[in-house]
Amino acid sequence: MRIALSWLREFVELSESVDELTTILDDLGLVVEGVEVVGEGLDDVVVARIDDIRAITGADRVRLVTVDAGHGPLDIVCGATNFEVGNYVPLAPVGAVLPGGFTIAERTMRGVTSHGMLCSSRELRLSDDHEGLMILDSLVSPRVGEGLLSALAITPDTVFDISVEGNRPDAWSVEGVARDLATRLERPLKRAALATTSSTTTTASFGAAAIDAPDLCGRLTVSVFRNVTVAPSPSWVAQRLMNAGMRPISNVVDASNYVMLELGQPTGLYDAALVAKHTLRARRARSAETLTTLDGVTRELARAGRGLGDTGEDCVIVDGDDQILGLAGIMGGASSEISPATTDVLLEAAYFDPMTIARSSKRHALRSEASNRFERGVDPQLALRAAARYAEVLGASVPELEWLSEPLDVLGELPLPPTITVREEDVQRLLGVEIPGGDITSLLRGLEFEVSEALEGFTVTAPTRRLDIREGIAGRADVIEEIARLYGYGRIARRTPSWPEFGALSERQTFRRHVRDVVVDLGAIEAWTPSLGSDADFDLLHPGQARVRITNPFSAEESVLRATMITGLVRAWSKNVERGVGDVILAEFGVVFQHPSLVSEPRRARGGAGGTLMLELPSENERLTVVFGRVDDDATSAVAAWRVLSRRLGLDDVVVRTTNEAPPGLHPTRAAALVDRASGALLGYVGEIDGDVVRAIMSGPPPRRVGLLDLDLDALGDPAKATRAPEALRVPSRYPSAIIDLAFVTPREVNAGDLAHALKGVGDLVESISLFDVYEGPPLDEGTRSLAYTVRLSSNERTLGDDEISRSRKELISMAASLGATLR
Amino acid sequence: MTSSPLARLGEQTTDLLSTIGSLATLDALIEAEPSLTGKRSLLSTLQKSLGSLEPDDRRAAGAQLQAARRVVEEALSARRSELERAARVLQLESDRLDLGDVVDSAVVHALSVGHPGLIATTQSQLEDVFVGMGFTVADGPEVESDWYNFEALNIPPAHPARGMWDTFYVDLGEPETVVLRTHTSPTQIHLMEEAVARNSLPIHSVMPGRCYRRDTPDASHLYSFHQIEGLVVDRGITFADLAGVIETFTRAYFGSDITSRLRPAYFPFTEPSAEFEVTCTLCRGGGCRTCSFTGWLELGGSGMLDPAVLEAVGIDGEEWSGFAFGFGIDRCAQMRHQLTDMRALIENDTRFLEQMS
Ligand SMILES: [Zn+2]
Repeated sequence: MRIALSWLREFVELSESVDELTTILDDLGLVVEGVEVVGEGLDDVVVARIDDIRAITGADRVRLVTVDAGHGPLDIVCGATNFEVGNYVPLAPVGAVLPGGFTIAERTMRGVTSHGMLCSSRELRLSDDHEGLMILDSLVSPRVGEGLLSALAITPDTVFDISVEGNRPDAWSVEGVARDLATRLERPLKRAALATTSSTTTTASFGAAAIDAPDLCGRLTVSVFRNVTVAPSPSWVAQRLMNAGMRPISNVVDASNYVMLELGQPTGLYDAALVAKHTLRARRARSAETLTTLDGVTRELARAGRGLGDTGEDCVIVDGDDQILGLAGIMGGASSEISPATTDVLLEAAYFDPMTIARSSKRHALRSEASNRFERGVDPQLALRAAARYAEVLGASVPELEWLSEPLDVLGELPLPPTITVREEDVQRLLGVEIPGGDITSLLRGLEFEVSEALEGFTVTAPTRRLDIREGIAGRADVIEEIARLYGYGRIARRTPSWPEFGALSERQTFRRHVRDVVVDLGAIEAWTPSLGSDADFDLLHPGQARVRITNPFSAEESVLRATMITGLVRAWSKNVERGVGDVILAEFGVVFQHPSLVSEPRRARGGAGGTLMLELPSENERLTVVFGRVDDDATSAVAAWRVLSRRLGLDDVVVRTTNEAPPGLHPTRAAALVDRASGALLGYVGEIDGDVVRAIMSGPPPRRVGLLDLDLDALGDPAKATRAPEALRVPSRYPSAIIDLAFVTPREVNAGDLAHALKGVGDLVESISLFDVYEGPPLDEGTRSLAYTVRLSSNERTLGDDEISRSRKELISMAASLGATLR
Repeated sequence: MTSSPLARLGEQTTDLLSTIGSLATLDALIEAEPSLTGKRSLLSTLQKSLGSLEPDDRRAAGAQLQAARRVVEEALSARRSELERAARVLQLESDRLDLGDVVDSAVVHALSVGHPGLIATTQSQLEDVFVGMGFTVADGPEVESDWYNFEALNIPPAHPARGMWDTFYVDLGEPETVVLRTHTSPTQIHLMEEAVARNSLPIHSVMPGRCYRRDTPDASHLYSFHQIEGLVVDRGITFADLAGVIETFTRAYFGSDITSRLRPAYFPFTEPSAEFEVTCTLCRGGGCRTCSFTGWLELGGSGMLDPAVLEAVGIDGEEWSGFAFGFGIDRCAQMRHQLTDMRALIENDTRFLEQMS
């Protein structure tokens, strides 16, 4: 919200500097996002009239405009298109210096010389408006060659751009900001001048008002203004609207916007001549009804929306013939718009149910200054004061204005201001600071809360505009927040709390960090690939499978939650290959998702309005995926890395078991499942990435093999699934170990790890078994290979004798034989 | 009447099909393709010869030839897939490796330098600060129901405050009931529900994690980002404690010359609510472009738990009170490392990632 300092000063005396005020406003939670000085540095700018517009050969973005600024025709090249011959616009002639220090010089382009610049109001720093030139036709009497400042009767002013939080609709106006300032600075809040009705004719004798939907429309007031002359606004009104970023239109419309900015009450305007029976009625829209709004769009009303719990309720304003005039509180219709011919005006100032406005405005994708205010909540008691202020502002340009007496005021259901009990110790208990009772009362009274002292504490009644203040214990917190805010957060002394419980990472987090450290030690670079991908990405590994889809994605490229990180990592790797920096291992820790229909017991959570539904949610699986993309990497580098990782994580025994059912993405004949021997749990996969997948992602032949390690961290982090080696440490025997090598011709189907495990189980004398050579080929039979193990034998009691060693050797050989392996 | 150029078409087609059937390798197929369907193929020659026919005959013959061409092309493409499949089977067979047989000592590779991710490192540093202050660390899911992401946090359906978060909705259940979490705050609700169920209050936890907002990505925003959320529920906890915890964290993480301040703000799940700012880490409070010459940088949100939130999870607000705060992990990383474009984080360019240590 942009507010001029001069406007604030009409409500509260402010002698502070702009910097001081900025600090105070920030501290009140009215954050100043920018400060601008307007109306300075415009001394050289004059009013000019457009006399001719011509195309420039070879240029389609600019045109040649001839203007008169009091010294004969001037040619100017201009890129804006929002004007026509006869319009009055601001001209910065050659030599003028604009705010910000930009000097206008003669420019020649495409053989045409431009003698100055026609300006938008943003270029003049008069407002945010930069949609074309500033059009001055609505000035009372535009005079060619007159200085812009005197034509606009502008005096330099400071404009604060203040961001008002969603729970403070009461502060979304000049008066609201001034009220906070007045309370903080302990100064009186002044009131805006109000007009009184000026006619003996009663409003009821001219028109009527009614509410058919009291739950949607809590109050409908209608004022009638006669003898209206539609004309440009006086410059003080126009300037304040421009400062606020609004475009002046006409005195009748501008006064409505002025009152909205000043007091926070949006009002609706109707040309009485176009409203049947001069009647305004608020009712529910019926299904199949339509309305063409001022923006030219025809909207279907009362149609259930996609929003949660949105039944499609719309509140509309209709006339005496039940014709829809507008979408209440959001936007008017074209049928009863104010025109230059309007002489009688109906002014609607109302209170609408915030939730209804919020839903309608979202459903129709229609936001307006009015709907933004109504959906947050406008003071239900403000309507008639706003009408009186409207009469005062419009009266300044229409002296003969007639405001009919006894404006119509129809009530529906209005929220009641809550009454809350607050004790001094409640304040202390929540804020941790002692604020004297006298300070509490004066702060709250400054905000126009009613405060009375009762036995059990203060009885506080919120002003009607404070629709954010709730009942009961929640309301107490709301009131204490107001006390804290006005007292000043910075004045609350800090205290560092302590408690007997100790801080710690969870086991899972400690484990995850450990895994990360080892993987980085192994040479992996941690990557972050997108959680959202395209259908094509998803289908690459999981064609046709159910997927978790985003309802409102930005693009089809980011519309499906990933079911694997392989695709993302291969893409990241291949981009690095293209950059010439792809000789790397990439790793990612992240979550992959599965559609609940694919899971036997999907995750469930309550949801829906009131949390009354039981929803099935996607399952989430934390994984670590590592892509080995260095030159010479392949499945074996991934296996070697896994072995290091497994030992560093202290896993007891995980079998690298070749599988014929490799999951998608893995090379079908170079994949192995990682299976915990004790629990039988699947911990992940190791192998190579299917060359066809790499080809699809790179759109070309893969430059080399790519190793893959894809681990299920949910399983790996769970000691019941990934069995940890015993914590008890073994002290090696003090007696020398006997080391023997045994090579077995082993059937293909027998896993080397299984054989080692079997050998280990032969007896207590076996200290360790490790595979050191594998041979396949002649003279060995097809379907077999030789596995050579180094076996260490030792005893804690003695040096082993030859007989014991040879007995052990026999036992090892016969154990191998039981698995079909024969000594080579 | 001359004999039609297509008199032998049936026979010729059969010949072509049998040639296709006899192609034994992909290479042979690629070599044979021009002579089967190309410009100099029999079919193309026949096509040219139609020019001499009467228009009506030409039309009929053209259709006939077109049909024959389709048959040949289909056979060729079927054969191609067949050969490709066979080649793949052959390739896979020759690739076959029993990974259980990998001998560790036989895998030789030069040393590579690994690098942890910037976000993970930053997250660990933040966690460590909070662990030192007595907090435990909790995780939570990335897909949540609207109850956890919004309603239990005092943001009912259609509440304009839902517009404070640009939400990605997930196509499950009723419309807008399943979301990608827009903040880590739902994890607070999970923690409080668990503590109530287990009768294990108090809670002193931080909750880091990935969140999503439907925001146009630019140099300072990505659609997914990381937050860390703090929650304290205990007896006698006040706003002064919140301010103290934030100050202690600020000094511990950013350095002892960096301080914090709180400013009124609005969050539906806290009351009173506060935005917290820290001394600009670039100019150390002197004022620079980054902090718009204020000397302060906005870091996150905080406040005392709203009674409605405590009520939603069944905690007695007369006995227990607490506060919550949250801020961006990515933002901390950005501040510390003067990262000028956040998109670098997801581009995964080795040259960028190699700078992490
Ligand atoms: Zn700075």
